[in-house]
Amino acid sequence: MPNRTQPPPIVDAVAYQLTLRPLERATLDNGIPVYMMNAGAEDVLQLEWLYPAGNSFESQNLVAATANFLLRNGTRTKNALQINEAVDYFGAYLNRSCYNEQASLVLHCMAKHIDSLLPIVREVVTESVLPEDELQLYCQNMKQRLEVNLHKADFVAGRLIDTYLFGADHPYGKFSSAEAFDALERSTLLRFYETHYQQAQPLLFVAGKIPTGLLGQLNRFFGDLPATPLNCPIHPIVPASTKKYRIDNDKQGMQGAIRMARLFPNRHHPDFIPAQLLNAVLGGFFGSRLMSNIREDKGYTYGIHSYLMNLQQQSAWMISTEAGKEVTEATITEVYREMERLRNEPVGEEELLLVRNYMMGGLLGDLDGPFQLMGRWKNLILHGVDEGYFYKTIDTIKHFSAANLQELAQRYLRPEDFYELVVI
Amino acid sequence: MIQFDRFTLSNGLRVLVHPDSSTPMAVVNVLYNVGARDEDPSHTGFAHLFEHLMFGGSVNIPEYDEPLQMAGGENNAYTTNDLTNYYIQLPADNLETAFWLESDRMLSLAFSEKSLATQRKVVCEEFKENYLNKPYGDSWHKMRELAYQVHPYRWMTIGKELSHIEKATLQQVRSFFYKHYTPCNAILVVAGAVDTERVKQLAEKWFGDIPSGTLYERNLPVEPVQTAARQLTVKAPVPLDMLCKTWHMVGRKDRAYHAVDLLTDILGSGASSRLYHALVKEQPLFSSIDCYHFGSNDPGLLTIEGKLVKGVSMEKAEAALQVQLQKVIEEKVTDNELQKVKNKTESMIAFEDMSVMSRASSLAYYEWLGDATEMNQELGKYEAVSSASIREQARSIFREENGNTLYYLASK
Repeated sequence: MPNRTQPPPIVDAVAYQLTLRPLERATLDNGIPVYMMNAGAEDVLQLEWLYPAGNSFESQNLVAATANFLLRNGTRTKNALQINEAVDYFGAYLNRSCYNEQASLVLHCMAKHIDSLLPIVREVVTESVLPEDELQLYCQNMKQRLEVNLHKADFVAGRLIDTYLFGADHPYGKFSSAEAFDALERSTLLRFYETHYQQAQPLLFVAGKIPTGLLGQLNRFFGDLPATPLNCPIHPIVPASTKKYRIDNDKQGMQGAIRMARLFPNRHHPDFIPAQLLNAVLGGFFGSRLMSNIREDKGYTYGIHSYLMNLQQQSAWMISTEAGKEVTEATITEVYREMERLRNEPVGEEELLLVRNYMMGGLLGDLDGPFQLMGRWKNLILHGVDEGYFYKTIDTIKHFSAANLQELAQRYLRPEDFYELVVI
Repeated sequence: MIQFDRFTLSNGLRVLVHPDSSTPMAVVNVLYNVGARDEDPSHTGFAHLFEHLMFGGSVNIPEYDEPLQMAGGENNAYTTNDLTNYYIQLPADNLETAFWLESDRMLSLAFSEKSLATQRKVVCEEFKENYLNKPYGDSWHKMRELAYQVHPYRWMTIGKELSHIEKATLQQVRSFFYKHYTPCNAILVVAGAVDTERVKQLAEKWFGDIPSGTLYERNLPVEPVQTAARQLTVKAPVPLDMLCKTWHMVGRKDRAYHAVDLLTDILGSGASSRLYHALVKEQPLFSSIDCYHFGSNDPGLLTIEGKLVKGVSMEKAEAALQVQLQKVIEEKVTDNELQKVKNKTESMIAFEDMSVMSRASSLAYYEWLGDATEMNQELGKYEAVSSASIREQARSIFREENGNTLYYLASK
């Protein structure tokens, strides 16, 4: 019979020497940068075209997101159904997403079908016509969806907290409205499409089991396009002057959506990496202090999380939860209590080793598989840092001291710096 | 082709090993043959509440999560109407930690009052967050009660009502554990950077001495064949009218299952699917529409659910939907359309199989269904589906008397 009271010996994950598998880089004839991660056992591919077409570039709310959505809804020779059938026939997925700085088209497919799919992607980024009837239908359905979402406390809270942090006119803080959908005009969208897709230079990220000759194919279909590089405009951040908000959204609401947040520097600031370690202790995983106290000890919530927002210009430190209506204020008090503990007492060595091991184990798992590897590389590239950042992160996880963490908490985890919002 | 080894311990625990040397990680997946359908109708939500309690400490280990995190691992679990599944991913060097933790909680839980009291509250908040505090959040509660009269699929895994969870006692927890959480009712899958000999040793060492328990014999009431259409109208403070229709379909192990699965893809999966194209794009009656099923073990429900464009009447929307159903009943799907949904299934399987965690849970699932080797035959079964068999399923499913209709209306 094994001794069950004695844990088996473990290898501390902090002992691992992790390396980031290198990325291959190439350039198409017209200067489009291509990043490639050739890995994995399954015959699948993920290709992402990342355009300078995020909402930072728009002069009218929702233009970037709408242009991005309508990419797939009609070209000079194909209507939306024909494009969708062409993609779906090969069991592929062509998704589009609009972010703050960039907007993307992502193709997932079996490697054997790639030659049939590249012409469709080319057609979409060169010949879309953003049809008027598709625009009207999109606006109608988005306004309906928005109406449903506005009944959800967590959705409303997520919009408001971003506005408090960054300002209602900043790309990170502005949000959609029925009026903004109504104000959209096809001619504006077409101009945006021309400048930010047809003429603009995308970045291309390719991951999976890459077949030989793929680079040549990419050059054939995308190497002759105009590809003008565009710089992202920087918008001023205008945080709200009032810090505390209580909003009644639904008289019958049973829970309050709580957001607590402060502005935080971006990845180029030396405090960013250690703050991720401190964040893990505070609320970054299941064993964190917020989760242990507010879920596992008090049962106020199904889950509470803290994180540093993945934003390029300026980040923010966010705490987010949905708690029972009658315990929202008690939850906020407990969050401040946990911040206070981090300011007043160094994190114990045992707890810190656990967090270090947990984070290292997570990294080891995250570096598994071509898509995850590419995701990590892409994040480095978009934030304008190199792989030194990755190794610095590992070094910080392994060695950053409890005393320095406490000093960091004293600098950043101060209640007076936090916006506080409850939406019921 | 997923390779694996398989053996059974003398206490009846089935063990599958799937070595993959391309990853530095190991996955340990434990599936228990118990789900919400095994609950007493007056204590629903219990299987899921119990899943939470499995993290509240076991007989020899006061804290489940801490030692795992110290070993660089993470874990989670889920409960369905059919089964409960727990999984761990951790650096393969620390594989034994996972065996230690999983075997101790299979041996016995700590049964702590404090853990029960807290998790009752946590699950009630989960209930509110996902089913009560969201527009349309209770629609599946209503639909299950409409579509099932006797089968325990009548309730959702979260439970029928908050009070069932609030009233759970430690005595119920104890008897549930000894009935279901035993080696002979479980399947263990170990995958990743592991080898079968070592897994055999570890399985013997940590699980070998756990008493076998009694094999659970499931004896659930069989849902009688529905003979008349059922309809329910509810009004709630939601902004849009929603139409939800379900029809009884075959269970997961039925030979016709794969044809039904492809039928739902043809109708409602993706931007080129029939319902989306006809009812959202061509004649804009719905702002969104989906067709899906849960792949449940016992006979399940094929579901079509959509939100209506403002100003469109239920009658008009439903009639237009009926035209589409009539089409799939009367006309064979074309070779092209059939090939499309088969290609889609092929790539979906390939993407799922990329992650060792997903392969481990699939192996456990197919073994639970009857035989893990079936996992490798799945794609072939989809490829063998003919347009005639899809039409046959459409005919047998979309009969009026087999249908349940929920009008979820916006109260003004």
